[in-house]
Amino acid sequence: MTVPVLEIIGLNKGFPVKNGFGRTVDEVRAVDDVSFSIAKGEVYGLAGESGSGKSTIARMIMGLERPTSGDILIEGRNLGGGMAAAEKRKLVQMVFQNPGSSLNPRRTIGQSLRVPLEAMGLAGRKIDARIGELLDMVQLPANFAERFPHELSGGQKQRVAIARAIAVQPRLLVLDEPTSALDVSVQAKVIDLLVDLGRELELSYLFISHDLSLMRNFADRIGVLYRGRIVETGRSDAVFENPAHDYTRLLIASVPVVTAEEEAVRPKIPLIDGEIPTAEALLALREQERRNPTSE
Amino acid sequence: MSESLLSIRGLNVQFSAYGRSQQVLHDVSLDVPAHSQVALVGESGSGKTVTMKAIMGLLRDPPARILSGEIRYEGRDLLKLPPRERKKLNGTEMSMVFQDPMSSLNPVFTIADQLGTILKYADRRLGRSRSGRERMARVLEVLAQVRMRDPERVAASYPVMLSGGMRQRVLIAMALLSEPKLLIADEPGTALDVTTQAQILKLLKDLVADRGLALLMITHNLGVVRETSDYVYVMNKGVVVEHAPAAELFSAPREDYTRSLIAAVPRLTGGMRFGSAGARV
Repeated sequence: MTVPVLEIIGLNKGFPVKNGFGRTVDEVRAVDDVSFSIAKGEVYGLAGESGSGKSTIARMIMGLERPTSGDILIEGRNLGGGMAAAEKRKLVQMVFQNPGSSLNPRRTIGQSLRVPLEAMGLAGRKIDARIGELLDMVQLPANFAERFPHELSGGQKQRVAIARAIAVQPRLLVLDEPTSALDVSVQAKVIDLLVDLGRELELSYLFISHDLSLMRNFADRIGVLYRGRIVETGRSDAVFENPAHDYTRLLIASVPVVTAEEEAVRPKIPLIDGEIPTAEALLALREQERRNPTSE
Repeated sequence: MSESLLSIRGLNVQFSAYGRSQQVLHDVSLDVPAHSQVALVGESGSGKTVTMKAIMGLLRDPPARILSGEIRYEGRDLLKLPPRERKKLNGTEMSMVFQDPMSSLNPVFTIADQLGTILKYADRRLGRSRSGRERMARVLEVLAQVRMRDPERVAASYPVMLSGGMRQRVLIAMALLSEPKLLIADEPGTALDVTTQAQILKLLKDLVADRGLALLMITHNLGVVRETSDYVYVMNKGVVVEHAPAAELFSAPREDYTRSLIAAVPRLTGGMRFGSAGARV
């Protein structure tokens, strides 16, 4: 069996809660025993709402946050085991949510793309050639190298961010809500590009999003995160057609849709006292029903 | 259709800066009948926000100039009203529900302080007055109307103490203070989680049904439009390209632009092919 590109085993992250004297009094479990793996060329989607721990997982994979326990392996090599930062960067890169703030406004696009290439040890003409090549890969004209971020549209900026991320030829891209700041028509084109690049470069993606409709269409497999735990995982078709967990059903039921077909297959939102319940309230109620099945 | 509560006819707006001008609205006309839910949908730069600002009288001249057109509210042309008269309508006849619940509230005042102050000034504009106690009673009343389970506790809270969904409810309560007939909601719920957004959209729909309000929803999210509106105007590059009852617009869009916009929305049922291999409509 081939080694997965990313393998996460029993990952935990707790943040200390301190009292007024700086003493740790409690711990928030942001990520709670999370395990999953991503195969070569696969798109794995992590779906979750704010506070679910999806960004913390991304930050740990990127080495921006140290896990409390658990292992993160890229192509079988443990990221925690004293791997040099430069080496990690060649394996995993990230595309952020807001291209407006992830590109340096005082650098031209060419200068921004030059940074990772120099870090790889390229020099001189080779860099310019590679910048042209990268822009071409993300379907931008070569003369964009001389432009500044403010001269670009949101979609173009995100293409530059993608070019910068693939510059070092990584194995895995972490995509943190890469299209949530874009119009839908632009979003579709950026995802088109990611799909094409994924095939061409055999890239794997960890796609983090709260847009379930997009996830259904883009990810091969998904994991649904709730309060730091993966409550449901499987092939996206299977999870969407037959959601097993109450939270997954509530999430899918809440998605605003544009066609009657979608409305027909979407689970109905459960109402408690005529109101849409919060996830906590719904799960608490279901738990209670499980304990007292006769009280219906 | 009965006489419209709000009716825009042939609105042309131009922006000028640094000696250059650009017309951003071309001949925009739209109607919001009483007790209806109308959506104005478009991508960034389509002119939907400028239209909203023109209705609320929030366009600054310069740089904006209204070249021609009418914005009638209950038959009166808002563009011909003296500024003082125009201002009286904001918050009392028509109210805005703002988009960003994180930045639309003042962090250093309690919810009761902020809503109370807004009510006080709204009363003053209308030549009414209420005691502090009456104002507080009204604040608690609107907080209950937006289904806050514990209005007293929310009123005593500072914005940081509330979740995003609760802050959005506070902003809706704020808009309801002086019993307006028209609510204008700018991208409601976009900053929220999808389950919280569903709650907010249901609340807006219920308010329209129970309190007889009219709702004008300004958004880029077609799913939200389909869930909350009965009539839709689609804008592109400053022009209303298509308008139709929501059911009709989504099942049989007439214009290519509308069709491509709807086609670009990923479906919950899947089947959308990404990449150059699978071309879309």
